[in-house]
Amino acid sequence: MTTTSLTKSRGAGQSGDKVFSAATLAAGCLILVVLFGVALFLVIQALPALVAPGDKIQGGEGFFTYIWPLVIGTLIASVIALVIATPIAIGVALFISHFAPRKLASGLGYVIDLLAAIPSVVYGAWGVAFLAKEISPSYNWLAGNMGWLPIFQGPASATGKTILTAGIVLAVMVLPIITSLTREIFLQTPKLHEEAALALGATRWEMIRMTVLPFGRPGIISAVMLGLGRALGETMAVALVLSSGALTASLIQTGNQTIAAEIALNFPEASGLKVNTLIAAGLVLFVITLGVNMIARGIITRHKEFSGAN
Amino acid sequence: MTATLTPVRKRSALTKGQLPKAAPYIVLAVALILGAAILALIGFNAFGWGIVSAILFTAGLVGWSLVVEGVRKAKDKLATCLVVGAFLIALVPLFSVIWTVLVNGLPGLLDPGFLTTSMNGVTGAFDNKTVEEGAPLLGGIYHALMGTLLITVLATLISVPVGLLTAIYLVEYGEDRALARAITFFVDVMTGIPSIVAGLFAAAAFFAVVGPGTKTGAVAAVALSVLMIPVVVRSSEEMLKIVPNELREAAYALGVRKWRTILKVVLPTAISGIASGITLAIARVIGETAPILVTAGFATTINANVFSGWMASLPTFIYTQILNPTSPSNPDPSSERAWGAALVLIILVMLLNLGARLIARIFAPKTGR
Repeated sequence: MTTTSLTKSRGAGQSGDKVFSAATLAAGCLILVVLFGVALFLVIQALPALVAPGDKIQGGEGFFTYIWPLVIGTLIASVIALVIATPIAIGVALFISHFAPRKLASGLGYVIDLLAAIPSVVYGAWGVAFLAKEISPSYNWLAGNMGWLPIFQGPASATGKTILTAGIVLAVMVLPIITSLTREIFLQTPKLHEEAALALGATRWEMIRMTVLPFGRPGIISAVMLGLGRALGETMAVALVLSSGALTASLIQTGNQTIAAEIALNFPEASGLKVNTLIAAGLVLFVITLGVNMIARGIITRHKEFSGAN
Repeated sequence: MTATLTPVRKRSALTKGQLPKAAPYIVLAVALILGAAILALIGFNAFGWGIVSAILFTAGLVGWSLVVEGVRKAKDKLATCLVVGAFLIALVPLFSVIWTVLVNGLPGLLDPGFLTTSMNGVTGAFDNKTVEEGAPLLGGIYHALMGTLLITVLATLISVPVGLLTAIYLVEYGEDRALARAITFFVDVMTGIPSIVAGLFAAAAFFAVVGPGTKTGAVAAVALSVLMIPVVVRSSEEMLKIVPNELREAAYALGVRKWRTILKVVLPTAISGIASGITLAIARVIGETAPILVTAGFATTINANVFSGWMASLPTFIYTQILNPTSPSNPDPSSERAWGAALVLIILVMLLNLGARLIARIFAPKTGR
């Protein structure tokens, strides 16, 4: 009797094994199929806009004339965000990893992570209701005193709903991402390097400059790239904050638009070729962020192989 | 004789050239007073006071240190000031956002019926009446709350099995095969997909398969799943990886099948981390606006059917109420509703984040020792 029950259970177990491993394999493949589908469906739906005669596309001069100001606008907003967020994020990461009292450090890290938890639409609402109003006087000042720089050319927007405000909101949104990644990297600095530097009489800042920053440089670069990927694709903050318009060099005037915001503002009411145009714009955004993210991931994996930290 | 024994207080060479311990406090006090004085001249405001005092503090402390301690220590002090300053600057928007939402959102949230009525039939005329005659604010977020919950639940039902099974494949069956490496790579790629592109993908797929203009809650759920699956895979994978191999080997040694080992030994050990990872993934997608906007549209009425018709959600409700107020001439009631909804959304997200920590603590495996 025992033998039969044993064989029975073995049979059941074997098929269970097969079913289970097949299920996990299928789930994994599904992800590949979905990503392939993302690319495929976007291309299929975008094609009509790409091949349509120029006068049918919004603006009347073809898809590429339509898309390039949006690409430039997206890049401007993201670069502003990174220029502001990167130094602050590295400072915060250093504070949490090397300056704050050990007991407080994880709690403070959690506080910064809270910034990442706030939904993007709330940031947008905050940007338009609070930040734009508070910051517009300083735009007037910039226009008055720094107006000779093309990027601060006046007259400044009276509402403060400019690409610079949008960039600042984006900076707040990418800050927690860059912070948490660089923090992890700083914490991986070999303890022996740090202690050796301190033992040779280095001050804390010299220790950081000689051990932590060189060790973390590839990590910082890739963290910034991942932040860039996030900033490029961020929609709501820009859609709500920026009062969009034609491409302008001045950051404190109304104008400029990003791809993501353009899609969000127009897609709900779009029909016909306009839908295809917007999906093609989404495809362009997808390709840009994909490139940025792949470079960032590439740096991380290459660094992992050589660092010897793990 | 006694005179020679009088101890001569001499500073040791080791402690020479150091600032007194109280130096930062002294400089801080001076900087605060000076800052207040300067601001009093040009018009006082708290934000400016903080900035001016911080600059004065940094300059004072670094300058003093430069004179007494030398260049290296002064640089160290400067770096410390900058790093702490960066942290304080990062806190400003956090508190500003939370404060703005609380102040603006509480009146909306406290309106009677805000959580239990929809925007069905609420027109600009009612809002004009509210502003001009002080009539009670009509309309609420019930439909949006329902929509958010339904879409999020459906997205979770799609993402969790797929994500969890994929993570199990990667950790237990993958063994560094080409397929496993490809999945890992593309999951990384997926984490970087902009949310609006995920929305466009779902829209494009349903347009192609079901018919142009298909916008329902289910499409939105698919869009959110595209964003949620990579998060679930990543966090579950990390958690499964840290399950000690001894547990698996002990189970195998007892003759337990691999799938039973995974279900009965590996998953229960890692369940706290997996559950908290899933909760965090939900918290991430519940606030997503752009993908819902392009896939489910926005509605003013209650729609409990995710498979047909446009559907409202909290984020799109906030967005449309701010951008297209119900009454264009009197946007205040709309913005009050938007802030109320924003407060509800933030509370939901914070509860989910808190829940994730509690889950991690409650379900953590008992160590026994």
